[in-house]
Amino acid sequence: MTNPLGAEEWQALLLSLRVSVWATLLSLPLGILAAHALARWTFPGRTLLNGLVHLPLILPPVVTGYLLLVTFGRSGPVGAFLYDSFGITLAFRWTGAALAAAVMAFPLMVRAIRLSIEAVDPRLEQAAATLGASRPVVFLTVTLPLILPGIVAGVILAFAKAMGEFGATITFVSNIPGQTQTLPSAIYAFLQVPGGESSALRLVLISVAVAMAALIASEWVSRRIARRVGGQ
Amino acid sequence: MTLRVSLQHRLGDFALDLAFDAPAGLTCLFGRSGSGKTTVINAVAGLFRPDAGRVELDGVSLSNLPTPARRVGYVFQDARLFPHLTVRQNLRYGGFVRRRPVAGFDQIVSLLDIAPLLDRRPAALSGGEKSRVAIGRALLSDPRLLLMDEPLAALDEARKAEILPYIERLRDETGLPILYVSHSLSEVARLATTIVVIEAGRVIRSGPAAEILSDPDTAPILGLRDAGSVLTARIAAHDADGLTRLETSAGPLWLPSLNGPVGREVRIRIAAQDIILSRTRPEGLSALNILPGVVLAVRPGDGPGMLVQLDVGGQRLLARVTRRSAIALDVSPGQPLHLIVKSVAVAQGDVGVTAAG
Repeated sequence: MTNPLGAEEWQALLLSLRVSVWATLLSLPLGILAAHALARWTFPGRTLLNGLVHLPLILPPVVTGYLLLVTFGRSGPVGAFLYDSFGITLAFRWTGAALAAAVMAFPLMVRAIRLSIEAVDPRLEQAAATLGASRPVVFLTVTLPLILPGIVAGVILAFAKAMGEFGATITFVSNIPGQTQTLPSAIYAFLQVPGGESSALRLVLISVAVAMAALIASEWVSRRIARRVGGQ
Repeated sequence: MTLRVSLQHRLGDFALDLAFDAPAGLTCLFGRSGSGKTTVINAVAGLFRPDAGRVELDGVSLSNLPTPARRVGYVFQDARLFPHLTVRQNLRYGGFVRRRPVAGFDQIVSLLDIAPLLDRRPAALSGGEKSRVAIGRALLSDPRLLLMDEPLAALDEARKAEILPYIERLRDETGLPILYVSHSLSEVARLATTIVVIEAGRVIRSGPAAEILSDPDTAPILGLRDAGSVLTARIAAHDADGLTRLETSAGPLWLPSLNGPVGREVRIRIAAQDIILSRTRPEGLSALNILPGVVLAVRPGDGPGMLVQLDVGGQRLLARVTRRSAIALDVSPGQPLHLIVKSVAVAQGDVGVTAAG
């Protein structure tokens, strides 16, 4: 194959990367907070929070997309507020695609981080407190470094999931080339038109490559960190 | 520096209701596992909130302070070193989080002999090394009080023998009040200046170590087999035949050669069952160590044994003899007797060094 990607294909790839990076970065602080709350705190509504976080994993993506549209659409309660107060529109924009990807990837990220927090011995955190560290300092100096491998795993899983998100995205922000047409939406679109198979195939190969690279990178990074954190 | 503790807490069937004072020196909380000792020091550290209670250091209440503000150095049984930090970073952690320069770093590193370990990570340390680093980390957090929760329990005998002298130096050189949890009577006998005996969440005895250890009423609680008392002595001479002569307030004792300069004060432990009582000063015996004493109290045990407390040159010793011999000797308070201390009874492992001078 000598011809590089066509303009539309490039657009889809770059858009997907942008959407996934934003989705991952924005959900990371919230993901750490939610994981910490679920792993360590007891509070009323804990079960409810756990359910909400995991809902997108179980709901049909089209339902999640529809709920996002109803909530964050221009006339939805949150969407209207965002538009009136800040002039932010999410529906049918790439920002909406990022939101959809973030929501869909969130449970995977929280699960990975939560598991690593649960693996941290709370007695180490107690020891830090006796040495004079307040709770936020304990978190930053003890918990966070020890869960770094879990965070990296969560970030990469979430990124890969965001790259592949289709159902919620197409429901919430549709499939507008150059605006909201991410990699999976583009593959879908190419498959709908005669002669689009070769474009679709190229994008499929790219998807596979990106996913593989993400998985290998996560393995490598988390092993390195685990060695540094717990090792000799 | 006096620590004053009182606690009440109910947890299912277990009720904790106790109060005690820990004066300067090393106060041992002694009791079986499950008696509530660790809960007590966790409450002192603020890691555990009792239903009611008060922790006071020199009259100032710590009860309302969160753990980080209490400034208690806590040496945990399992060391709890931070695995992602080097030994040096572990030691400096307390100063780092308090944003205060770490005072005395070099002294404490040399006191505990951990200079060669500074750049290693905890995973590369032996059990004894971990304990020493944990002690150093607690000391370098600028504490007003040191809590030690069975810091030797996870170690084998050789490692224990390696750590004990460091704890003695802490007791004698740092001037920090130390609250030390243990269920090992030999550790208690060697280290404690004050003993608080805890059983099922209550203090059943407390007082100066020499008094508690030689009290015949306390011995059955501490464990009859390990009953014994401590005696302060001074190294008088190292004889040519390999024996060391110790001078006690009641007369000389000879021990297989002991390390330490002449003149140093040592604390020796004599097990109650290693003392033989005699009405007359025995002749023609192979035993070297015979001290004169006067019976202070006699306590019949549950079995065939009896505990006899004796005044030996102003110090108190506890002997355990059979009821039959006690009757044969007609042991009663006020009676002068001779104590034959089997040489082997004063084991090297139980010889502790107390404050010089």
